[in-house]
Amino acid sequence: MSVPLAVPPVEWAEPSLAARGRLLVSRIGTFCLVELQRLRHDRSELITRTIQPILWLVVFGKTFSRLRAIPTGDVPYLDYLAPGIIAQSALFVAIFYGIMIIWERDSGVLTKLLVTPTPRAALVAGKAFAAGVRAVAQAIVVIVVAALLGVSLTWNPLKLLGVLVVVVLGAAFFACLSVTIAGIVLKRDRLMGIGQAITMPLFFASNALYPVDLMPGWLKAISKGNPLSYEVSALRGLLIGTPTNLWQDFGVLAAAALAGVVAAAALLDRLAH
Amino acid sequence: MTPAIRLAGLSYRFGDHAAVADLTLDVDPGECFGLLGPNGAGKTTTIRVINTMLPVQDGRVEVFGHDVRRQKMGVRRQLGYVPQQLSVEGALTGRENVSWFARLFDVPRRERKARVDEVLELVELGESADRLASTYSGGMVRRLELAQALVNRPRLLVLDEPTVGLDPVARDSVWQRVVDMQQRYDMTVLLTTHYMEEADVLCDRVALMHRGRLRALGAPEELKAALGPEASLEDVFRHHTGDSLGDAEKGGLRNVRATRRTARRMG
Repeated sequence: MSVPLAVPPVEWAEPSLAARGRLLVSRIGTFCLVELQRLRHDRSELITRTIQPILWLVVFGKTFSRLRAIPTGDVPYLDYLAPGIIAQSALFVAIFYGIMIIWERDSGVLTKLLVTPTPRAALVAGKAFAAGVRAVAQAIVVIVVAALLGVSLTWNPLKLLGVLVVVVLGAAFFACLSVTIAGIVLKRDRLMGIGQAITMPLFFASNALYPVDLMPGWLKAISKGNPLSYEVSALRGLLIGTPTNLWQDFGVLAAAALAGVVAAAALLDRLAH
Repeated sequence: MTPAIRLAGLSYRFGDHAAVADLTLDVDPGECFGLLGPNGAGKTTTIRVINTMLPVQDGRVEVFGHDVRRQKMGVRRQLGYVPQQLSVEGALTGRENVSWFARLFDVPRRERKARVDEVLELVELGESADRLASTYSGGMVRRLELAQALVNRPRLLVLDEPTVGLDPVARDSVWQRVVDMQQRYDMTVLLTTHYMEEADVLCDRVALMHRGRLRALGAPEELKAALGPEASLEDVFRHHTGDSLGDAEKGGLRNVRATRRTARRMG
């Protein structure tokens, strides 16, 4: 018995701008779902990745709270630190996402994805937001641990939703940065080295551990251009109510994620070949 | 009638090396067409241009009338593609792997589940569909890839050395599925292989390529008959190229090792 083939409608041939927008949303949903399925089948990475942020909160946070070495005004240091550690754990999840893309290239999966009707930018955005899903799972664990340690966090659902959006945008940017670097260096070992080399500078050149006012001028300037600082500021503002310009924080993160998608998409074919 | 694939003067260079040189041929809708030749013949480069992975450098390529240079999305919508490497996501189940591609090809939500079940049954993976793909054998992974490639009911199924690295039983099983599916869906199949005896049995027509150039084109029976009653496709290849397939066999073993490495990496 012969089954009729699905002849594509004419409008599918080359999608309009609106159709590309729908494709983008659909692909982001698809890649996020796949990431959740991966997480469901293997929770070990989620558990092992939780150890480091817990150590930061329990060892570093508790110790520096007693030292009172870092001036954080009326905010206890552990409360001040917790949003920084959430941002850090999201950064650590996302910054090695390029390695996953290189693995997918080496195993042939990327080639198959690239011959599906998925624009390059939609594929990168899908992957980037999938990194966000993983980072959100990580952030939820850190928030729970922080609450158990006595950090005074907000439980306002809208603000918590805002926290998830910030984590996703931050992870999306750093995942795109990682894919962009992968598109330049092309090899897993090189990307691993560069990832390790840039992660700690990104972390230390931000307001995750200490206020920007304490930094020397040159570091302050770097911190101002570091999207991680805006991610931490937004998380602090939403979770513990420290003053920040949320519009600016969200704007910078969204613009950085968009620029990251454009840059990574431009290099995807180079990576695939 | 619009050809399924039209290659007109296709040339592709990697630096100074001409991987494909002035290749011109048509593949008719509904036919099973084989691109044959040893490693380095230009088969995979040709396929990668057809499936939009490589840009058209010179010449013209059309898939069901869609210009590959300008209408990439239109071309991709018509394709099912199985690459040389065993390439499924080992951390997902078989069913999740197929559903993933159903979503990427925009199979409507109301049809998706039935479509996924149908292709999984077709490749006889229905019972193992909810196991992680990392637990599958090489033959099962290849069948899962066929299911992924078919879930959008493509008009053109492109298979790049689909049986490399598989044992004879798994190879027969894969080809049997391909034949079944071609008849069931009335698809055009474009395949590459360096197993001449497989191409002889499966393909309606074959193109023999050597060092980027087309050396012979026609039905296997015609090509063999032109040489003599006892001629094989390998004899035809030797006749047109003055070369044996020794290089292909060496390349084949390299591919087998690469594919097995991939299978090990998947767990």
